[in-house]
Amino acid sequence: MIDFIQADQATLDGLTRKDTRSGFGQGLLEVGQADDRIVALCADLTGSLKMNAFKDAFPERFKQAGIAEANMIGVAAGLTIGGLIPFTGTFANFSTGRVYDQIRQSVAYSGKNVKICASHCGLTLGEDGATHQILEDVGMMKMLPNMTVIHTCDYEQTRNATHAVAAHDGPVYFRFGRPKVPIITDADTPFIIGKARKVMTGSDVTLVTNGHLVWNSILAARQLAAEGISVDLLDMHTIKPLDNAALLESVGRTRCVVSAEEHQRNGGLGESVAACLAAHHPTPQRFVAVEDQFGESGTPAQLLEKYGLGPEAIVMACKEVIGVKQGLTV
Amino acid sequence: MTNQSTPLSDLCTQVRRDIVRMVHGASSGHPGGSLGCTDFLVKLYFEEMRIDPENWSMDGKGEDLFFLSNGHISPVWYSVLARRGYFEVSELATFRKLHSRLQGHPATEEGLPGIRVASGSLGQGLSIACGAAQAKKLNGEDRWVYSLHGDGELQEGQIWEAALYAAHHGIDNLISFVDWNGQQIDGAVEDVMTLGDLEAKWTAFGWHVLQCDGHDHASLDAAFKSARGAAGKGKPVMVLMRTDMGKGVDFMEGTHKWHGVAPDDDQLSSALAQLTSSYADY
Repeated sequence: MIDFIQADQATLDGLTRKDTRSGFGQGLLEVGQADDRIVALCADLTGSLKMNAFKDAFPERFKQAGIAEANMIGVAAGLTIGGLIPFTGTFANFSTGRVYDQIRQSVAYSGKNVKICASHCGLTLGEDGATHQILEDVGMMKMLPNMTVIHTCDYEQTRNATHAVAAHDGPVYFRFGRPKVPIITDADTPFIIGKARKVMTGSDVTLVTNGHLVWNSILAARQLAAEGISVDLLDMHTIKPLDNAALLESVGRTRCVVSAEEHQRNGGLGESVAACLAAHHPTPQRFVAVEDQFGESGTPAQLLEKYGLGPEAIVMACKEVIGVKQGLTV
Repeated sequence: MTNQSTPLSDLCTQVRRDIVRMVHGASSGHPGGSLGCTDFLVKLYFEEMRIDPENWSMDGKGEDLFFLSNGHISPVWYSVLARRGYFEVSELATFRKLHSRLQGHPATEEGLPGIRVASGSLGQGLSIACGAAQAKKLNGEDRWVYSLHGDGELQEGQIWEAALYAAHHGIDNLISFVDWNGQQIDGAVEDVMTLGDLEAKWTAFGWHVLQCDGHDHASLDAAFKSARGAAGKGKPVMVLMRTDMGKGVDFMEGTHKWHGVAPDDDQLSSALAQLTSSYADY
């Protein structure tokens, strides 16, 4: 991993950009090659989910579900009863809100080993608009007992996470996205569910983030570094179970925290962070998240900017919370 | 409808005693549909399925599987599972009580042998059965997957998603039954939300469709044989099974009013007086 503070702009511009969904597609092919219990289902979005390689390699183990997501979730739960490991694929919106009761009863409550793989999450789905830009999915999924919730930041992390998801025994909600974003993790770094990834070490403020906002958080940390503020940056790719130890270690040193996520504030990563800190280490916090609004059509970059999820918003939140901390200690 | 004096009918009578006693004991539960599906479930578990209750496992490798989609008729399923040896019949006394494995609706969380998925929120079991049947095929197992659904449950959209899926994928090791009693909570199915011509609907969805009398053991026997004869030929099989809600207890028969109501002490006595079997109560 490069030193994101020291790296020059040309180095950042030179990073390879790929979509996280393609990392899932490659990961699915790899786990399918390694384990013939892996089966995949898709609700008429095989190309969008990058599941074609798996489908072509293992036609018997790929089940087209058509535009019928509720049935797809149920079929996946049924497949587990024969010892198989099903991965369902559709957009995040149709993976959660549309099928909440099916996931609740047939998967989570029944303890079924189903992997709910959800692409096109959040605002960065872009031009299709708010009907498809789900920003509530993490909240719905993390509320379900037995459910593990993962949201990855780049191609390699998503590919590696697919291996971890396959190996994990239990239901998983696995969230990733559509746009091409810089690859910032190492290809050979194993993904460990529930263990946060330290992106950079700092002392003034803890910045907890995941998904596409890891990149924006890196850009924010560079700006802050130029102003003499050092950021302790955690990639909290697993929202549930949250890595309490990593969070508490960091805020024990920085004594203030900003959470940044492509999701509603209600129900999101920041809320999980706040719950942990309220119980174990009350800490001033600022939230970079969507504030009780639906999205709209636009480019991913435009939407992140408009809804307050860009690097500037993260910089502002960090400065603000550092100010709160300093006020408390006067 | 001459089921008297056979071992199977005697067992059915005992299961009906269990049902009314369980629902009375919990002061809640669903006796109507349970009584109506007693003959089917006893026949299924005691004469039709290849199962190994003493060595129950979640994956059911090498066994036929059954999924109860209309989970509210849990009393009949629990009774049949206990009588078939999945667990002690004495445990039936815990139905719907705190710390019981016999939840109000079937669940896996407490580890009750015989239950492979939670049901109760309607419309989900056909999808489960489809997946389990496809797993049998992928695992190279020549075994059947059975499922049961309420007729009112067919109003759920997911049922018809699953109906399309099963036909499209040629899931021909799946044999589903509908408890066709014509009743649901708010009244007659025809009045609440008519289902129209069910045989034509399932046929149009690509299923092989049969009908039977769910209280005539000879009719049930023929239906199972016909269903397995029709299976394995590229189509899933649907058996539309005519039943009477509340069957076996005269004041509960043929009405939706006993869908989800427990009998009081006098009603229990009246019901048990109509149900005499040579088995012992739990």
